[in-house]
Amino acid sequence: MMRPPPRPARITRAPENFLSAADIRDVQAGRRGFLAQAFAAAVALGGATAVRAAAGTATGTAAGDPAILELPPWSTTLGHPVAARPYGQPSVHEKNLVRRESPGLTRVNAASVSFAPLQGLFGIITPSGLHFERHHQGWQDIDPTRHRLMVEGLVRTPTVYTMEDLMRLPSVSRIHFIECGANSGMEWANVAVPTVQYTHGMLSCSEFTGVPLSLLLDQCGLDRKRGRYVLAEGADGASLTRTIAMDRALDDVLVAYGQNGEMLRPENGYPLRLVVPGVQGVSSVKWLRRLKVGDQPFNTREETIHYVDLMKDGMLRQYTSIQECKSVITSPSGGQVIVDQGFLNVTGLAWSGRGKVKRVDVSFDGGRNWKTARLETPVLSKALTRFNIDWVWNGQPAILQSRAMDETGYVQPRMMQLREVRGTRSIYHNNAIQSWQVTAAGDVNNVQVD
Amino acid sequence: MSRSTDVRGLVRATRHAFALGALVACATVGAAPADATQYPGVGRPATPAEIKAWDIDVRPDFQGLPPGSGSVADGQKIWDGKCAMCHGDFGDSNEVFTPLAGGTTQEDIKAGRVASLRNPEQVRTTLMKVSTVSTLWDYIRRAMPWNAPKSLSTNDVYAVLAYLLNLGAIVPDDYVLSDRNIADVQQKMPNRNGMMRMPGLWDVHGTPDVANVACMHDCPVRGAVISSLPGAARGSHGDLADQNRTYGPVRGQGVPTVAAAAKPGDGAGGNDAKMTALADRSGCLVCHGLTSKIVGPGYSDVAAKYHGDPAAQARLEAKVKAGGAGAWGAVPMPAQTQLSDADVHALVQWILGSTN
Ligand code: HEC
Ligand code: HEC
Repeated sequence: MMRPPPRPARITRAPENFLSAADIRDVQAGRRGFLAQAFAAAVALGGATAVRAAAGTATGTAAGDPAILELPPWSTTLGHPVAARPYGQPSVHEKNLVRRESPGLTRVNAASVSFAPLQGLFGIITPSGLHFERHHQGWQDIDPTRHRLMVEGLVRTPTVYTMEDLMRLPSVSRIHFIECGANSGMEWANVAVPTVQYTHGMLSCSEFTGVPLSLLLDQCGLDRKRGRYVLAEGADGASLTRTIAMDRALDDVLVAYGQNGEMLRPENGYPLRLVVPGVQGVSSVKWLRRLKVGDQPFNTREETIHYVDLMKDGMLRQYTSIQECKSVITSPSGGQVIVDQGFLNVTGLAWSGRGKVKRVDVSFDGGRNWKTARLETPVLSKALTRFNIDWVWNGQPAILQSRAMDETGYVQPRMMQLREVRGTRSIYHNNAIQSWQVTAAGDVNNVQVD
Repeated sequence: MSRSTDVRGLVRATRHAFALGALVACATVGAAPADATQYPGVGRPATPAEIKAWDIDVRPDFQGLPPGSGSVADGQKIWDGKCAMCHGDFGDSNEVFTPLAGGTTQEDIKAGRVASLRNPEQVRTTLMKVSTVSTLWDYIRRAMPWNAPKSLSTNDVYAVLAYLLNLGAIVPDDYVLSDRNIADVQQKMPNRNGMMRMPGLWDVHGTPDVANVACMHDCPVRGAVISSLPGAARGSHGDLADQNRTYGPVRGQGVPTVAAAAKPGDGAGGNDAKMTALADRSGCLVCHGLTSKIVGPGYSDVAAKYHGDPAAQARLEAKVKAGGAGAWGAVPMPAQTQLSDADVHALVQWILGSTN
């Protein structure tokens, strides 16, 4: 069996990073005394212990906490006026949680992926600016006045809609996840990437607003006898196309223009995209320009060369669309350090392409024993569901896992169970239970267990 | 107020013009206009010319395939001029995307199954995986060349596809591919029998292929670690301390970073990683390798060419902003208007220093 490789010496962070704003002012004011000792200890210990030592000690003095005893500038000065930033921005202290690429995953960045920072997000909605990106030929910022949607093929009246037309129609708003079929794809054979951002970050969840696809198909006079598939096509350079089976198309598919209360972001298909709930993200065609009804699948590139799953016997599985039930603990998670012993809220996300999440269990011992987690509300069909569970960490090594079950009774599989059926080379649809190893030092590492 | 009336008038006039067109359209499809529905005034019938302009998909049964033809020889010319710089002379380059050709044999062509797909060592090429030739025709027409999609004529698509198929020895050197013989070619696609469907994984009410049970206590697992992050991958994703909050119950591990930007040619100065990132963000690296030609010249070649030329900095800044061709060949660089002057200045300075 492979043992975890020895860890190379870690570069300890510059002392400034250990400090709160108040501490930094202390240092600047020459009040170094109480800190010097903490730093000496932290630097000597290194790593997780250093983070903990510094965080623990830096707030204590005989009289009390300087964050309380000395009024900070935000309490003693006039703040910024309204509309100083007409489109609001996150705090300057939140710069670390951004979309990131995984180096070496693709060769050119206009046919690539950026991952959402799941390790720091709360609740179930992904802020629009952090929604993961997957483009095949770069993103475009389309002029909405020149954008058109055409519905054609096996319909009575091939029809053209402007954005004005679509925004006049009765609208619905629904919360759904979008997960790329290749999410967790780098980990089929072994651990490959360090954090949940890269293992699971091709996943986001938004409130989408738009027109039900069924309404448009009906308005155009869908030929219900012969029309069995819908082809969706984008308006970008790739003009990406995917086949959607008619029972999906007439169920909960949206032709969406809104995302989290505003228009879609350009990276997410502005001004119009398809949202196919529960199905791998590539079907939710961005920059949607055309829907064609046909009587057989179209075998487009994204369903005949890519998004096909390679089995052990060399067969490729086509149209494996549904994103099966899956979950992951987002905090604590890979690449993090638990700062202190004691109580910790363990939190994560669960979802299923077949409906609602029914239950999430969490194990702290690598899958031998499980406890049922609390589900935050709302619990919605084909949407992310947030779960939480209490944990008191006493510095003991542990292996954390979460296991979701959906309303069909399907239970999220272990990695080994997936490999038995599908081998290790399929790239797509890895919904295995994720394991995070917690070391005695508080380091959390991505591992796979048997 | 009068302005909004104008807009409404204009919209109505446009709609009226289309309604006239619609009569023609309806005559062809034999249907009532879309207005005769529950949502009057929303949407209008598409004209035949509009449908023709956008209805570009080609199905496995070749519905949608326009008539035309192209030879392997013509295809090679197009390939060399418009495709080879990204996909390699023989479709075997791994620089911009996985190889298009390679890994298929005459036995595969007979059997319709690609044997090397069972070999884990084999890089999976396009011709190994694709089961229907229509997929390639459709995709090349809609999306290639990558930087100028939809620019090929119908006959060009036939020709360049003939050349690609010839690289896989699926058609002979003197072949002329056309709408009349493409169905024969389908019968020679190396992986035509290598694709299966899994209804249970397509239908939301279907049955999944893998099952687990929700055991709660003393479950039969070993729970031993069988894989963890390889040493070489530590630090591959940058400093994790910078990818987490700097407060709260968890922080990011500070790990030594393998300079993610340590590509060849990356020798100049301490701010290289920053500049590579800027070039990357600005879209330059889609067309320029640091040391190799992609569509435009490799940056080390640019630096070598203008070495010791004091006027180069200003001239190249202007060229990047305005775009243009001629210095390296006939292929033009599009105007890079998305950048601030300061960024253009910094990028050109960095490029010119990239041979030190
Ligand atoms: C500027 C670089 C570039 C040029 C020029 C270019 N391609 Fe591509 N090509 C790409 C990239 C990048 C992809 C993958 C896009 C993606 O990931 O969706 C690709 C994908 C393809 C594919 C699909 C491969 C697969 O396995 O999915 C084919 C076929 C193809 N190109 C053919 C051509 C042909 C024919 C030409 C010339 C007419 C051409 N390309 C010119 C960059 C290029
Ligand atoms: C779509 C492809 C493309 C993109 C994107 C692109 N370039 Fe170029 N670039 C080219 C081509 C092609 C040439 C060669 C032009 C010629 O022969 O004169 C070139 C040439 C150059 C040159 C040398 C010009 C000369 O006269 O010798 C510089 C410098 C340069 N590019 C910088 C940049 C920078 C900086 C960016 C990003 C902001 C960028 N390029 C983006 C295609 C591109």
